[in-house]
Amino acid sequence: MAIRSVISALQEQFPGVDFRPGPLLPGRSNELRQICLHLPSDRLIEIMTFLRENEMTRFEQLSDLTCVDYLRYPGAANRFAVVYSLLSISLGHRLWIKCLVDDPAPTLPSVTGIWPGADWLEREVYDLFGISFTGHPDLRRLMTWEGFTAHPLRKDYPLRGQGERQNYEVFPRDVS
Amino acid sequence: MEVGNQTPMNARAAARRSVEALVSGEWVTTRLEAVSNLIRRYGVNWCRKYSLWPLPFATACCGIELMATGASRYDVARFGAEVMRFSPRQSDLLICAGRVAIKMMPVLQRIYAQMCEPKWVISMGACASTGGVFDTYAVVQGIDHFMPVDVYVPGCPPRPETLIEGIMAIQRIVDREGIRNSQDRQGGYRMTVSASGKDQPRGDRSRQAGE
Repeated sequence: MAIRSVISALQEQFPGVDFRPGPLLPGRSNELRQICLHLPSDRLIEIMTFLRENEMTRFEQLSDLTCVDYLRYPGAANRFAVVYSLLSISLGHRLWIKCLVDDPAPTLPSVTGIWPGADWLEREVYDLFGISFTGHPDLRRLMTWEGFTAHPLRKDYPLRGQGERQNYEVFPRDVS
Repeated sequence: MEVGNQTPMNARAAARRSVEALVSGEWVTTRLEAVSNLIRRYGVNWCRKYSLWPLPFATACCGIELMATGASRYDVARFGAEVMRFSPRQSDLLICAGRVAIKMMPVLQRIYAQMCEPKWVISMGACASTGGVFDTYAVVQGIDHFMPVDVYVPGCPPRPETLIEGIMAIQRIVDREGIRNSQDRQGGYRMTVSASGKDQPRGDRSRQAGE
């Protein structure tokens, strides 16, 4: 099975790293073979570059990059997990990577150097979760408007906002 | 006036006298005003109310109903409003159909500002009028917080009949008042279209954009 060879290749290349391979959805049966690995953030770029370049893995595509807020999640040790969803087009397998980060000032290295498509995905995660990616070429907000200061998809952000929608200019009637 | 000696100079003097009579309020002038009002009411305003050119600002499912209203089954062409213009310079009725995000609001305001007078605004559906179920940080809780609205069309989304009733409410405004520009209307009329066919005036809504 292809994904097993990926994991064995990783463990062979990086013997000191505990990848904690497991199913993507904990507690579910792994019939879909959706394997999730955990990476330490200080070796993220190194291992991701290996995953893209190596003959056995060849993850050419970063199909998604998103984030999970584990605030008040039972049994969670870290606040955030940035989730990388990888796809190998040539070998036909998928892999999910989780990278745990913590408050305050959660920071990860940017993977835009490996997959250029990560540009807007990282901007989105920065906007909505407040995780800053070092080495990103243009880390601006993507979804919310200029002047927005909060990170609305964090679990401690109130649904109706913190006054952002009230503090907005009324259009004067006589300008026409 | 001397009838026999109609030089151009005398004709000009006669015209000036009739203008003075117009100002002083003699019977000739009242007849003239009545005639001109008649023409304005049943001529110009009648033409104007049957040639509304809408600008569809459709951002959500209300836009689908708006398209259905324009299509053959409901056929808004029966009311002369079938010329959907996607340029604000060429349209005089803004139909805001759907929720508007706060990031989108400056765009809508600029489109409204680009429309030429006279111009009217329909706020179509629950989301455009009040924010609807989207009571979140990112959604405008009623576009009337930020721009004038003349007619609210209720519904989620409104059926095409309701939207047609809203367009007919605009037609009643045009018929009654002609081209009062948007400054005179002071923030829009804020009428709600109801099933009874009577437009219900809406109370002045002080700006509490949050709640």
